[in-house]
Amino acid sequence: MNDTTGLGDDVQLITLDVNGTSHEVITAPRRTLVDVLRHDLGLTGTHVGCEHGICGACTVLVDGLPARACLMFAAQAEGARIATVESLADSGTGTGTGELSDLQRAFTAHHGLQCGFCTPGFLMLAQGFLAERPEATKEDIREVVAANLCRCTGYQTIVEAIDACATARRSQRAAGAEEDSCN
Amino acid sequence: MKPAPFRYHRARDVEGATALLAELSDEAKVIAGGQSLVAMMNFRLARPGHLVDITGLRELDHLGVGADGGLRIGALTTHHTVETAPADRLGAGFGVIRDAMRWIGHLPIRTRGTVGGSLAHADATAEWCLLALLLDAELVAHGPRGRRHIPAGEFFFGYYTTALDPDEILVEIVFPRPAPHAALTEFAERRGDFAIVSAAVDLAVDGGDIHGGRVALGGVDAMPVRVPAAEAVLADGGSFRDCAEVAASAVDPPSDGGGSADYRKHLIRNLIERACEEAMSR
Ligand SMILES: Cc1cc2nc3c(=O)[nH]c(=O)nc-3n(C[C@H](O)[C@H](O)[C@H](O)COP(=O)(O)OP(=O)(O)OC[C@H]3O[C@@H](n4cnc5c(N)ncnc54)[C@H](O)[C@@H]3O)c2cc1C
Ligand code: FES
Ligand code: FES
Repeated sequence: MNDTTGLGDDVQLITLDVNGTSHEVITAPRRTLVDVLRHDLGLTGTHVGCEHGICGACTVLVDGLPARACLMFAAQAEGARIATVESLADSGTGTGTGELSDLQRAFTAHHGLQCGFCTPGFLMLAQGFLAERPEATKEDIREVVAANLCRCTGYQTIVEAIDACATARRSQRAAGAEEDSCN
Repeated sequence: MKPAPFRYHRARDVEGATALLAELSDEAKVIAGGQSLVAMMNFRLARPGHLVDITGLRELDHLGVGADGGLRIGALTTHHTVETAPADRLGAGFGVIRDAMRWIGHLPIRTRGTVGGSLAHADATAEWCLLALLLDAELVAHGPRGRRHIPAGEFFFGYYTTALDPDEILVEIVFPRPAPHAALTEFAERRGDFAIVSAAVDLAVDGGDIHGGRVALGGVDAMPVRVPAAEAVLADGGSFRDCAEVAASAVDPPSDGGGSADYRKHLIRNLIERACEEAMSR
């Protein structure tokens, strides 16, 4: 295929499922997932820091699990469900009202961000982690946020935001279960 | 940085992957979880002309205890799958393996990184390499000339070098028998970093008495090593403290950015004793 990417190599056609929408992209194999998300799909919410797996700014969900988008070639993501930070708010699909998710609101309420560079990565890390471990304790959360780097907040407010979100979700579920059993 | 150009091939089966590797010879590299390789390619420390992606070979993603009591883990099984495996699949005697996973990087690394990739990459402090050596694992490699079983003791050659031929892929690792009294522990400056020193022990316990055991260390040489002198202390009924002291004087660790040789010896003393206590209390 002809090169239309400016990368000057062989290109391939790949299909990516990002935030529930299927995208066809013509790109070079050496393009990482994070670069395709940002440059080809215009989804610039996912950030890039170190490109070697250390900082976590590029964290997205791959089939529901947090992963480094800088350590995957886009071609490797074919067939997987990719979710980026754009999927969290109600406007993620372009049809909603734009209301932020409970996790995002918890970050705002607890000052879980200052400059915001690391925030998309922390949000997707927490989103994937809490989906798998809704019962996570503050200690578990403290351990998991060590995966990503933040140079502003000192982490305490991030831990509090995620913990508050997890606690609220648990009590919501408990209330829901109670309602069900009353019916 | 961005990786240098390469051609991307998606393997459909193990035979196809090894045939392609043989054909492309040293121009090609296998890619599994990419958690070591892509980082190296982004920094152009690795510039393979071809990548053979084996992540589609779902037959290499499995884990279970066989009728012979051994634990077989497919090369493409992720660290996260092992960490979250239900007890009936991992087997009661292999808790040491599950518990070791939390030392490997962080959650988003463990969701992609694979057992086979760790072993083939052969970092001197990688947890899988230490576990393989400690528990006498067998590594199953498949190449154009067929399949062979390589004992862990003959697999690691030195820094990032193994007994694998360039056209072979690792398909499975077999832990032959349960290790109910084994433990791995380590020290790194920050949570999730590669260890400065890692220590693992597998005690032979019968009716509450210790009859011997195996002792292995990472971060003291170019590859994980067993420490026969320390194992002799356990076989002779010596204390955990003595075992740890003997281990520290038996090895000759490097001095580098991670720490001086003396500092590593200090870590060894503490970590081996701690691993012995943890293993005993299982
Ligand atoms: C921030 C960070 C922290 C980390 N911390 C740790 C840690 O504390 N401990 C640790 O052990 N690891 C750590 N890792 C590495 C991680 O465990 C990797 O998963 C592992 O080293 C490689 O596995 P992979 O599947 O990603 O392999 P890849 O990166 O895809 O490949 C690595 C190498 O193995 C070869 N290879 C892969 N699979 C096979 C196969 N089946 N047969 C033959 N060759 C194969 C490739 O050709 C390549 O040379 C860390 C990584 C990062 C980014
Ligand atoms: S950019 Fe991916 S981890 Fe830093
Ligand atoms: S808010 Fe600035 S790096 Fe985290």
